Parts: sequence; C-alpha cells; structure tokens
Amino acid sequence: MKIERLKTDLLIIGGGTAGCYAAITAASNAAENKGAGLKILVVEKANIKRSGCLAAGVNALNAYITEGRTPKDYVEYAKKDADGIVREDLLYSISEKFNEVTAHLEKLGLVILKDKDGKYVTRGNRNIKINGENIKPILADAVKKLPNVTVLNHVNIFDFSVHDNRIDGAFGFGIENDTFYAIEAGAVIIATGGAAGLYRPNNPGFSRHKMWYPPFNTGAGYAMGIRHGAEMTTFEMRFIALRCKDTIAPTGTLAQGVGAKQVNALGEVYETKYGISTSERVYGTVAENLEGRGPCYLRTVGITPEQEESLLKAYLNMAPSQTIRWIENGTPSKANVEIEGTEPYIVGGHTASGYWVDTKRATTIEGLYAAGDVVGGAPQKYVTGALAEGEIAAKSAVEYIESLSALQQAQGPDISSVNLLEKISEEEVTEHVAEIEKFLGKRINNTFEKARDEGGDTVEHLEEEMQAAMDAYAGGIKTGYRYSENQLAIARKEIEKIEARVGDLHAADLQEVMYIYELKERLTVCKSVIAHLAARHETRWHSFAENTDYPEKDNERFRKYVNSRLENGQIKIILRELTAEGQRNYEHHH
Amino acid sequence: MSIIIDQGKCIGCGRCHDVCPGTLIKINENKKAFIKYPKDCWGCTSCIKECPVHAIRFFLGEDIGGKGCKVHTEKVKGEKNDIVRWFFELNDGSVKTIDIDPKESNKY
Ligand SMILES: Cc1cc2nc3c(=O)[nH]c(=O)nc-3n(C[C@H](O)[C@H](O)[C@H](O)COP(=O)(O)OP(=O)(O)OC[C@H]3O[C@@H](n4cnc5c(N)ncnc54)[C@H](O)[C@@H]3O)c2cc1C
Ligand code: SF4
Ligand code: SF4
Repeated sequence: MKIERLKTDLLIIGGGTAGCYAAITAASNAAENKGAGLKILVVEKANIKRSGCLAAGVNALNAYITEGRTPKDYVEYAKKDADGIVREDLLYSISEKFNEVTAHLEKLGLVILKDKDGKYVTRGNRNIKINGENIKPILADAVKKLPNVTVLNHVNIFDFSVHDNRIDGAFGFGIENDTFYAIEAGAVIIATGGAAGLYRPNNPGFSRHKMWYPPFNTGAGYAMGIRHGAEMTTFEMRFIALRCKDTIAPTGTLAQGVGAKQVNALGEVYETKYGISTSERVYGTVAENLEGRGPCYLRTVGITPEQEESLLKAYLNMAPSQTIRWIENGTPSKANVEIEGTEPYIVGGHTASGYWVDTKRATTIEGLYAAGDVVGGAPQKYVTGALAEGEIAAKSAVEYIESLSALQQAQGPDISSVNLLEKISEEEVTEHVAEIEKFLGKRINNTFEKARDEGGDTVEHLEEEMQAAMDAYAGGIKTGYRYSENQLAIARKEIEKIEARVGDLHAADLQEVMYIYELKERLTVCKSVIAHLAARHETRWHSFAENTDYPEKDNERFRKYVNSRLENGQIKIILRELTAEGQRNYEHHH
Repeated sequence: MSIIIDQGKCIGCGRCHDVCPGTLIKINENKKAFIKYPKDCWGCTSCIKECPVHAIRFFLGEDIGGKGCKVHTEKVKGEKNDIVRWFFELNDGSVKTIDIDPKESNKY
C-alpha cells in the first residue's frame, strides 16, 4: 500500500448533493473574496458523477416555497409532521434558501416544468415538477469546472483526525489504487448522507440492495463523529418509507400525481383513519395489515391512458424498476399498486437524526461542519434543503479558515490555514495503516472467498446477523416496527457480540477493507439508535419510534430533543429543551 | 435485481465503472467490463444509460417478482434534441419501447 499525505484548506467528505454544493459555494465565495487561493478537496468513495441519493434521479423538488406561501409555512409544516421535535432555526435557514438554490440548479441545466407565463408548475403545496434524471451529473459537471477544487474519486474516508476536540484532517484509502491517504485540512465539511442497511431489508435475498435509501450510504459520517465524541440528536426518529411493494419505488408520485388514495384489501380508504403525517401513513398501513385488512394499495385502477403513460415515464426518471414491474406484470390502470413499509433508515433529510449543529452547521467538534442527510434537527430537508445546508456549511467553514489564516498571518508569511493546525503525526499514520494491513495481511493465504468456503466469518454473514438482530429486537419489519426495553437490551448485546468478531475479518483488497469499515460504521450507528430508542420513554411517532413499554405520548417529559455523546466508551444521553417558537439562531455552549 | 454485461459487445471504455455509485463494476485484463458484486447492485441504471454500445442489461430478479424482462437505453435523434429510448425485451421475445425527452419535465 502506497502512503500519500495531502494538504488542503477545506476538505469536503462525500461528493453527493450537499458536498457538491458546498464545493460550488466555497469556490465562488473564494473567487469573490480575498481567499482566492483557497484550496478545496472533495473526497468521494464512488465517483461524484452519479454517487449518493441522486444516482437514479429524483422526481420532484420536494421542498420549495410556492407562490403565496412563506418559509414560515414550511417550518410549521415540518414541525407539525415531526410533532414538535425540530430545530426551528435550522428549518428557517434552509426554507429561506429553497428558491434561491432552485434557481441556481435551473441555471446549471435542470429542467423544471413551467406554465405559459413561465412560472414553475407546482405539485401540491410545496413541490415543483422537474426532469430530475440527470440532476447529479449536472451538479458534478459544475464542480469539475471549478479551478480551485480537486476531486478524489473512489477514496473512502474512515476516520477523522481530531486533537483536543478540534478536527485537522481525515484518513482514507483508495479502493482501487492501493493507496492510503492522510489528509490535513483547515476545516472539514462532513456530507456523507444517512445510513441504510442497519435493519433486515424488505428483500433480503438476491435483491437485498433493492432498497429505497442508497445501500452505499452506510453511516460513515455519523460513526466517525460518534467515535470522536460529537453530540448527536434524534437517532430514535427512524425513517420508514411507504413504498411500492418489491421495487421499493416512491409512492408520492402516485399519491400526488394522480391522486391515488391508500386503500386496504376491502377497498376502504384508510388514511383518514390514522392521520396523514409521514409516520401515520406508514402506521396506518401496518395497522391495517395487523388487523387482517391487508394488503394495502394505492388505488390507481381507472386512471386514464394519458395518466398511465406519464406515470411510466416519470418512474423511468427516478425509479426505473417500477416501470419494468408494470410492463412485466400489468399496468397501474388495470391493477392497484401494492404498498409496504421499508426497513428503518437513519436519514436526517427526511426525519431528524444526525449531528447536533448550531445554525451555522458547526458540529460540537471545532472546525467540523456538516450538511445534508448527516445533519439532525431539520426533517423534510430533501434535495433543496441539502443544497441549502451545503451552502451554509461552506460559508461557515470558509469563515473559520479565514479566521485561522488571519491568526497565521499575524504570526508569519505563510497563508495556508493548514500550517497552523496540529499535524497528523507519523505515529497516527502508522497506526491507521497497520489497522488496514491487519485485514489485508491475511489476503495472502486466506482470501474473502476462502474464508467463506471454510465457514469463517465474512462481512456478509456479520451484516446479516446485525440486520437480523435489529429486525427482531430493535423494531424492524418483523415486529411491525415495535420494540420494548427488554428487546432493546437483547439487541444491544447482540450488536456488541458481532462487533467483537469484526477484528477477525479478512479482505482481499481495499474494496473489501471498505466493506469491513462499512460494517463497523453500521454497528456503531446501531448502538446509538438502540440507546436513543431506549431513552425516549414515550411513543411520539407511530412506527418511527413505537415503544410498547410507553405507548402514549408524554409531552411533560419528552417534548425535548434526545441527544447523545460518547464519553469514555459509554453513550451518554442528554435531554435538551426545544428551540423557542420562531427562534432563528442557536449557538453551542461548550 | 442486477445487471448483466455482454462482453462480446463491450469495448472497455470504462464508463460504466465510473458511474456506478457502489463501484461494483470492474474492467478485466482483456479490457472487458464485468460486475464483480452482482448482489450489491442498487438498480440505479446509471451504468446502462452510460454504455455507448448498449452492452448492459438490467433485470428485476425472481425474488422481487421479475419475469425476465431485460432493459437498456439508447440515444436516438429527436426533432429538437437527442431523446432516450428505453427498450424492454420481454420473455416472449417481444420488445416494448418508451421514449423520454430529457428536455421535458415529468408531468407528475
Ligand atoms: C431514492 C431517493 C429518491 C429521492 N427523491 C427525492 C425527490 O424526488 N425530491 C427530493 O427533494 N428529494 C428526494 N430524495 C432526498 C434527497 O435526494 C436527499 O435528501 C439528498 O440528496 C441528500 O443529500 P446528501 O448530500 O446528504 O447525501 P448524498 O447525496 O447521498 O451524498 C452522500 C455522498 O457521500 C458519499 N460517501 C458516503 N460515505 C463516504 C465515505 N466514507 N467517504 C467518502 N464518501 C462517502 C456517498 O457516496 C455520496 O456521494 C430522494 C432520496 C432517495 C434516496
Ligand atoms: S445499476 Fe447502478 S448500482 Fe447497479 S451496477 Fe449499474 S450503476 Fe451500479
Ligand atoms: S460502458 Fe459499456 S462498453 Fe464501456 S466498459 Fe462498460 S460495458 Fe464496456
């Protein structure tokens, strides 16, 4: 393995939606200001052209302030949907940017549907219609054009370098070039998205990755932050999506596009019975099934041929499997579309799990900023919210770097912010390299395949065991998303047992080493999810956090954020008061 | 659900490798693409849309109700701009197509 040391002013980890936009913002900010020499490095485990949530395309911009509405309306909506547990300052700051980032996307080349007068056509109260098939290549092309941005594709980041609670870089490895990277940076933005694959998926066999959230977003950002003591919030508010059965394709296009209602096997519309919040829609479907009125469907029978054609096309632009399904098995005008809940995901762009940040998107680790699905406190963020957060985090990080270099200039002639920081020592590099070599060391006589043949542990086995434990004991599909304290205690033990076996895994190359780190990340996130589920002694959101020991809502004790921080290897739970109505600013008190 | 690559057609350009969000596709010594981790495919179809010689097919798989339909896309000349034509090769030998104009927004 080659060892390479890199230096940059701003390191962006994850070149997805938020990461790309952070790079675009930081670069243009730098061009306008004095920091023209600012060096920006984007490190992406895949290739920014099609990585992350946007790979297949998206169907609409789900968060937009339509005519006659205000950012306040959006904040109120998101707050109501999450039953109060949101950060108003975060929601306001993104809502006020939705339209601006949308206009920028259009300028970059995104096709947005307009009426005769040139106004965007809306879908419901908050959405606008687009052709989102190529949204990621559009963002990636914009990044590639920036002169002071370097992109490292196919490099997986697996650890931060933190000294005295200040970040000064990160460690990674090239999954295809046999290279280890130690990267020093003035400031870091973490934008690795959420976590899929913690729970047993809907289709655990050959099509195990036919899941809604990208299986390649494995919670790296959460895990690295947790291990270095960053404060995290609301991991108990899991996101469970209501999706088309088997293909796990989104249902919003059917509900909002052709007005398809949720009906049970008897043809009864049941959504009004349980409420229409995101979690209630899932819960209603679970409840109808439990009470023997399943399966449930979206009622599409009877739609016109034109509607059907538009649906088939719309799905090709975001979830092509569903169109194939219709072509193979009968189209939606002839048969209603069966729906099911997915396995739970941890995703700060839909629900509120992730880093606890201040309004500037600074985490509780100095110099570390966060954006997108990895950030907690602001649900219903979606694409435009991730872009907005990328912008906010980039501006804050650049400001921080400038304050460092101002300090630096006062001390000497070198203006790079990096030199001021504690450097990554040789010992730290050696330590991280040794950890990787340990997994690889066995590749000579015991490859991944051989280990599997011999019945030893493989990443695949351990991942399945983890998913089975979470499914059965931490509120997966198996239990209708419910869990009790006793079950959670078993889940915790099972996860710890699996964690103890990770050290003995083998890898044939660095891609397989990445699979080992992904498993480790998921296990770390699982432990935090379990701790959070156990800490909220109430049921505020059906299905998302359905605690059978505490089936009622308890506003008195739990109209609060449940936060956590790792202290001496133990997850410490911190209950925090909600931000005030209309609050625009929140600062950390270290 | 996964993809299959027809190595007879593949010209080894590496574009499918570059766009896969899971880096699941590799190029072998003979400059032919192959999917190294077929069970890890997410079904995003990025690779299929990228292949210049239409060597890649996407399918659903029996475990999620697939019936053997094989899917790929081709760029064809439209009146104003290139359009994307999706081909669905069904089990009975018939082929269905759907045209998508990238300059046109979704209706829903
Ligand atoms: C299938 C799907 C459909 C959606 N449809 C819509 C829609 O129609 N409308 C809408 O508004 N929103 C939609 N969303 C939500 C929206 O796409 C996301 O909320 C948003 O894109 C998240 O942006 P992000 O930057 O946080 O994550 P991502 O865009 O996923 O970026 C994370 C990036 O980090 C990289 N990464 C992860 N770990 C590492 C590591 N260890 N080292 C280096 N890189 C790493 C990943 O490869 C990825 O590129 C959809 C989401 C999904 C999954
Ligand atoms: S469909 Fe997507 S995930 Fe599957 S191999 Fe192709 S690019 Fe990779
Ligand atoms: S894109 Fe097509 S031609 Fe190019 S390497 Fe992949 S399969 Fe071969």
